[in-house]
Amino acid sequence: MMQRLKPFDHLILILGALFLCMPVVMAFASSTHTAIDIHSNGLYVTPGSNGAETYTKVLTQRGGFTGEVTGLTMLMNSMILGVGFAVGKIVLSMMAAYALVYFRFRFATPIFWVIFTTLLLPLEVRIMPSYQVMSELKLLNTYQGLIVPLLASATGTFFFRQFFKSVPDELLEAARIDGAGPVKFFIDILVPLSRTMMAAIFIIMFIYGWNQYLWPMLMTTDESFFTLMRGIKTILQVWVGSQIPDYNEAFALAVLAMVPPLVVVLVFQRMFIKGLTESDK
Amino acid sequence: MGQISFKSVGKTYAGGVTAVSDVTLDVAEGEFIVLVGPSGCGKSTLLRMVAGLEEITDGEIDIAGRVVNRLDPADRDIAMVFQNYALYPHMTVKENMAYGLKNRRTPKAEIEARVAEAARMLELQPYLDRKPRALSGGQRQRVAMGRAIVRQPAAFLFDEPLSNLDAKLRVSMRMEIRKLQRRIGTTSLYVTHDQLEAMTLADRLVVLNGGKVEQIGKPLEVYHRPASTFVASFIGSPAMNLLDARVEGGQVWLGGAAMGPAGRAEGPVTLGIRAEDLRPAPASQGVALKVEHVEELGSGRVVHGHVDGQALAVSMAPGLPIGDVLHVGAAPEALHLFDTTTGRRIETRTRAAELVL
Repeated sequence: MMQRLKPFDHLILILGALFLCMPVVMAFASSTHTAIDIHSNGLYVTPGSNGAETYTKVLTQRGGFTGEVTGLTMLMNSMILGVGFAVGKIVLSMMAAYALVYFRFRFATPIFWVIFTTLLLPLEVRIMPSYQVMSELKLLNTYQGLIVPLLASATGTFFFRQFFKSVPDELLEAARIDGAGPVKFFIDILVPLSRTMMAAIFIIMFIYGWNQYLWPMLMTTDESFFTLMRGIKTILQVWVGSQIPDYNEAFALAVLAMVPPLVVVLVFQRMFIKGLTESDK
Repeated sequence: MGQISFKSVGKTYAGGVTAVSDVTLDVAEGEFIVLVGPSGCGKSTLLRMVAGLEEITDGEIDIAGRVVNRLDPADRDIAMVFQNYALYPHMTVKENMAYGLKNRRTPKAEIEARVAEAARMLELQPYLDRKPRALSGGQRQRVAMGRAIVRQPAAFLFDEPLSNLDAKLRVSMRMEIRKLQRRIGTTSLYVTHDQLEAMTLADRLVVLNGGKVEQIGKPLEVYHRPASTFVASFIGSPAMNLLDARVEGGQVWLGGAAMGPAGRAEGPVTLGIRAEDLRPAPASQGVALKVEHVEELGSGRVVHGHVDGQALAVSMAPGLPIGDVLHVGAAPEALHLFDTTTGRRIETRTRAAELVL
């Protein structure tokens, strides 16, 4: 139903948009000024002239205790973590859901509910045992140690299970008659059909991995594994050249930290919507 | 090579429910068999047992000389067409048809050739690169048939393939399927609940009820000599009239009128008469029908009324006058007698008379 838009509605929308966007704009604008300016004048809403210099410095200058970590390294680490989480979780939860939906084995339903109840336990509850396991496996300060313990995903398994249940049985039967075994059916039929689900879960899981802070901090002491999230913090603590903290650099890192999730959302959201409208089930 | 034989085939589910019992049937090479019955009669289960999608718990099914009870669906050399088409939504028409062959490691050139041939037969050439969602219902059904044809299997299995189409398309697809099957000559099993579809398609009909075979025969044979009251009421439209009657002195009596000779039967019987076999008769010979309602069909009319408190329908040519009471009668060979308790047919004619059919 079409409704005539009233000026008041617009006003509310504009205020809401400003409320959401201003912090980002201010962070970006401030990052293009020098630290001294920010310190004396407060935050800026207009861009300054120091942008290129700040961003180059943030991305390439070596810092940290060891003097080895650059912004690029941290960006890279965050990427590995985000993509690793997302891809790993999708692969694992798809396979788990496939087993739960398509194979009849004893206690399938109880097993599903056991997996499902782990949703109720946040990472922090098992963070100590997980740490101990990784430590005994000598996986501290490795990417495997960072990623693997968090891969099991009840959310992903649940979503894929619901999706697989909605796939008509006749497809499975047709594929069986067409000579596709369990592996072929999974790869040739189910995976392509799940593209939209995968896109949706990728968005959620990438951001989940990208935003991890506590877990990487526990698992890695080697600075070459630092993520952007830790970098922002360390700038304010460590990179103190004079008495003034490098506000501009912290802002620049924060802005950089926002870009990849934004890109992921934009790219996969389009795929997500496309999949939704094209699907003929 | 394409014979299928059922030897006392049955299916009992784990819960103890019997879906199909004791089906014995020999399907000759190239024959078109239609399994027909109301929903829940086990016809789909039986077909899925042939396909290997349901386990066979009793008896044996033999396809092209091999017992297939323990074989995977892929190894049974059959192809199936599903009611909802079951096309792979993410593959093009071409890929859909080629998928089964690709999995069997058929050489690429041969796949191309077979898909092209099937597409030509089904007039699908313009759509080969489309996805199923861009096709109409009839086209999707054709793709599903194409997928079966390219496999060149020993048998086609059709599971109510026309149920999702609109009435007009159903009639034309029905003819197409029949023509196609004649041309390719592949043994076919076809499941439907539509008796008209069954009559028009089948070389032989298998009428199922409650998991048991009621009758197996050529469509006209089943139509003219239904083996039970179930078959009589299921095959033919309008359904055959079934009335309580008595046999006394070798004559069938209904509502005080002698309808015809009854052969060896005696006592109460169920009398079956098709609406189109009833004709107006002189008052002295026919039974009096109290007319209640007339259905005008254009090409004819169906008169509904009561005889002796029992409903009776009569098909009549248009234009004949219809009063409040209509006297109708039928030729002796149009009378079907059934046992009142078992519902089985009681033969009234001699072998010689049957052969005339």
